[in-house]
Amino acid sequence: MIAELGLAVLWMAAALAVLQLVAGALALRPATAHLAGIVRPVAILQGALVAVAFASLIWLFLSTDLSVKLVAENSHSAKPFIFKLAGTWGNHEGSMLMWVTIMSLAGGFVALIEKRLREETLIATLAGQAFVSLGFYAFLLLASNPFTRLAEPAPEGAGLNPLLQDIGLAFHPPTLYVGYVGLSIAFSFAVGALVTRDVGPAFARAMRPWVLGAWIFLTLGITAGSYWAYYTLGWGGWWFWDPVENASLMPWLAATALLHSCSVLAARNALRTWTVMLGVIAFSMSMVGTFLVRSGILTSVHAFAVDPTRGSFILALLAIYIGGALLLFALRANTVTEGARFAVVSRESALVFNNVMLCGILGIVLVGTLYPLLTEAMGVKVSVGPPYFNPVSAVFAIPMMLVMAVGPVLRWREDTGGRITWQIAVPALVTAAALLAVELLFAPINLLPALGLAIAPGLAVASVQPLVGRNLRRTPLPIYGMVIGHLGIAVALFGMASEGAFSTERLAAMNPGDSQQVGPFKVTLQAIGPVAGPNWTALEATVAASYAGAAPTVLNPQARTFANPPGNRTESALLTRWNGQLYAVLGEEGEDGRWQMRFWWKPFVPMIWYGGALVALGGLLALLGRVARDVKRLVATDKIAYRRERQGR
Amino acid sequence: MGSTHSLRYTHLPRHSRGGGNPERRALRLRTWIPAFAGMTKVCLVTLVAALAALTLTAPLAAQDMLPPAPYAYKQLADPAQERKAQALMETLRCLKCQSQSIADSDAPMAGDMRHQVRTRIAAGEEPEAIRQWLIERYGDYVSYTPQVKPITWPLFAAPLLFLALAAFLLRGRFRRRKGA
Repeated sequence: MIAELGLAVLWMAAALAVLQLVAGALALRPATAHLAGIVRPVAILQGALVAVAFASLIWLFLSTDLSVKLVAENSHSAKPFIFKLAGTWGNHEGSMLMWVTIMSLAGGFVALIEKRLREETLIATLAGQAFVSLGFYAFLLLASNPFTRLAEPAPEGAGLNPLLQDIGLAFHPPTLYVGYVGLSIAFSFAVGALVTRDVGPAFARAMRPWVLGAWIFLTLGITAGSYWAYYTLGWGGWWFWDPVENASLMPWLAATALLHSCSVLAARNALRTWTVMLGVIAFSMSMVGTFLVRSGILTSVHAFAVDPTRGSFILALLAIYIGGALLLFALRANTVTEGARFAVVSRESALVFNNVMLCGILGIVLVGTLYPLLTEAMGVKVSVGPPYFNPVSAVFAIPMMLVMAVGPVLRWREDTGGRITWQIAVPALVTAAALLAVELLFAPINLLPALGLAIAPGLAVASVQPLVGRNLRRTPLPIYGMVIGHLGIAVALFGMASEGAFSTERLAAMNPGDSQQVGPFKVTLQAIGPVAGPNWTALEATVAASYAGAAPTVLNPQARTFANPPGNRTESALLTRWNGQLYAVLGEEGEDGRWQMRFWWKPFVPMIWYGGALVALGGLLALLGRVARDVKRLVATDKIAYRRERQGR
Repeated sequence: MGSTHSLRYTHLPRHSRGGGNPERRALRLRTWIPAFAGMTKVCLVTLVAALAALTLTAPLAAQDMLPPAPYAYKQLADPAQERKAQALMETLRCLKCQSQSIADSDAPMAGDMRHQVRTRIAAGEEPEAIRQWLIERYGDYVSYTPQVKPITWPLFAAPLLFLALAAFLLRGRFRRRKGA
């Protein structure tokens, strides 16, 4: 029953999306303007119905209903509760349903609370949102129905890929999806504003919280995914320039640019076409990511199942939405004037420069990700990896970070370099001193890590400079958000550079009782024994690690074996200190009966993810500040209206 | 249905920890566990302990069939050479994995390639010569550093193009401001 209910409400929601699109489009004509009234309620109802469909699927997974094909193929009765729950989206159909659910809930949410936009633009936005949702409903219902029943219920489920049986699965996909799909709202806003020729500060102020929200979730999703890969893959790598990682990085880069240009539009009424263009690009990148991951064009732990018809379906959606939006943009861009002007030395210019640099990095990542697919289609297999992405993106990233250090202290519209000599000199001196220290103290370091170690402290100093001379109590939350966000970038950069420059690796074949030196740690393998979990068995090593002669801490790296489905996974053990992480892995047993142990000492590596978390926190503060101000303004206008009404009587 | 499952999952683990004896150990556990599915956890632990003890004591005869690759999991004694080898290994693709370098993988083939790289570095070969040797054997796909060839020209033209585009965009914008 539950599966049929889920499918039925999904069809009803799709029908409502059609209604939302048609009514929204008709409402823009004067003759049928009265239809505008139904668009908001339909959007809300549509969101509620999809939520019911998603809840049904979760229920099917939690109760392990093996008469449902998707559950039988991806779940197992003996799986722990949390993985039954997270397993709902640990497969293709479920993850697409989650995508549609988040998209429609977000649309419903916009319909429910958005009051700042002109009603006409909002209706066009909701129609645009329905148009995008509709493609995904079609994809879900026609090519990836999650509720299909089996003719005969399966005796037992096939289980979930062991690599995905990790607490990361409960957080990483939902956060990333909220980010991806949040950008669809920005896209719909851009389309709505183009349709009604209403691109201006009010549009930017209305769009900004949605972009901020999406961007916060994208940041968290990428950070969480990177840490998950780091601890689960067992070799200490935290970023592989894997096409799937790039697929999440590209929307983030576009959203970062959009966020900043949105600020310029909201504050200064400049960069109108540029902002709209970025809104289109950001969601296009989400779609490209979905295409790469869901089409089966890549083999990856993210790809789940390979089915070429799905690939063509998503490619068609991609063409319709991106092509359509670009066409609309081309037709309407000349009706949107570029807006207020500004001087070469001004905060706007710094933001424009960094927008262009972010787009440069985006272009590099896009080319580096797609080009190997293109050559493969021509019969030549080439690899594009870190030796390409790292230096080439640095060409854009380094000037960007230098400008990022001064941008926030520049004035809007027009400024002079002379006014901020000190604010430039201090971070520049810090960077120069750091570079000197790195070169003198830790001589043979590669160029990029050395530059990272030098730029990070300067950027950290520069990022708190906007607070100097301010009354800290009266400083608005968005300023704190900006400071903390920029500081987060500096912190993450330091972590990356330090990991690249100072990591020590120790591979050793050890008998119980043997010791090894790894950086400042002395590690002793004490014992190896079997352990069992709810649906796995493992060999577990007991390792005593002592930092510079201090009392030892016990680490327990494991090699786990899963039965349903069969598979192995290393479970690394991490010891986190303020100045770095010790990473221990239990490998295989050698021919001579000794155990292959792998250890890394990675100085300051956690700063990569602390930095990511700081960036997200900065975004959250900015969002809270913006929303609080909007609420205050709404309350104030309500009060004025109420007073006027009373006086009128 | 069983066959489709195994097909779908064979490619999934990012490192197939194949080859060595854990694979065999796992296989043995896998065939045993379903038979004892009803057993309590305590019994299972005893069983695992017994099996583990077995593998600890019994050297596996089949192990000798594999080509010896001592430097797959062993570093070079000279830190400078090891650093050189590590830098090279990070730019070579593990052909049996998904987007991982041979320095990041448990796959047996990655282990063999690490052994090759380390022994050749120890013998005094230059990293780029080793890369060329591997490219001759496995094709361009093995190198994460794209080789400069007509087919990869667009990859190297792209950054220049983007730089030119960026300069054009910025110049246009700033010149207009000055004129205003």
